[in-house]
Amino acid sequence: MPKAKVEIDTERCKGCYLCIEACPKKCLEKSDTFSKTGYFPAKFAKDECIGCQTCARVCPDLAIKVYKE
Amino acid sequence: MQLLNKRPESLIDIKTHYCPGCGHGIIHRLVAEVVDELKIRERMIFVAPVGCAVFADKYFDCDTTQGAHGRGPAEATGIKRTIPEAIVVSYQGDGDLASIGMAEIVHAAIRSENITVIFVNNTIYGMTGGQMAPTTLIGQKATTCVNGRTAKQAGYPIHMSEMLATIKGASYVARGGVHTPAAIMQTKQYIKKAFQNQIDGKGFSIVEVLSMCPTNWGKTPKDAVAFVKNEMEKEFEMGVKKDHSAADDVPAAAEAK
Repeated sequence: MPKAKVEIDTERCKGCYLCIEACPKKCLEKSDTFSKTGYFPAKFAKDECIGCQTCARVCPDLAIKVYKE
Repeated sequence: MQLLNKRPESLIDIKTHYCPGCGHGIIHRLVAEVVDELKIRERMIFVAPVGCAVFADKYFDCDTTQGAHGRGPAEATGIKRTIPEAIVVSYQGDGDLASIGMAEIVHAAIRSENITVIFVNNTIYGMTGGQMAPTTLIGQKATTCVNGRTAKQAGYPIHMSEMLATIKGASYVARGGVHTPAAIMQTKQYIKKAFQNQIDGKGFSIVEVLSMCPTNWGKTPKDAVAFVKNEMEKEFEMGVKKDHSAADDVPAAAEAK
């Protein structure tokens, strides 16, 4: 299976976690470190990403970049 | 590794001022993606509303103007009639379009002005601090109806799409949402169709988009999404309400311009 990964711009992420709800593989979770803007951003936690881009589609702040091989 | 989702060219690469979980960011992206796909950025004139999206001119990389409260369709009419080759879009919220701007939107539809309207319905006045809007649901709490809206005192929520669909001059009326990935993809198709209609000179097109306002609803973004799904969708049914954009079915008012 081709590998895929998600990159989250922690400066842009406002911590709404819509991506965490949307991810079908539950790859994303809440980070435990503050961002500069004062939110706990989402983070890419599990290496099971299939590159479906659902997280990027629901992100209101365009903070998510999806890469696939 | 290859990047799958590029940022739309029509959106300037800066952070938005919207609250966490607000639907405006998603709707901005959908509009920008459609503008990129149809390659109309150079021709586009964006009419920003009064409301949370008042700063949309900072985010869209095209010509923008900002109308008086509710007067977006009137302003768009003027621009479109003066510069017929421009693609004019009026982006409005529910306090803007369904309340103070009711006359403008209805008459723009009656004249079948060749413009596109994006109507963001979040059932509340967002920018001014969560007052009751004409679209507020029965029982929904707002700062001007702290015990929930009652039909006895404030009447019923207004269904703009159904109402505009009865007008002969309206070519395309659809209602989408941005609360689920599927709804987002469907709404993009509606917006694309609304822009295509304007390019083809088919007359007035409006897309209503059900959106979230977690801050003024007093909910988490997750609960706000659930509210749209469970409460708003029941009141405001999604789907295409009217599609008279087929070649032989265009309102005569649209052809005259």
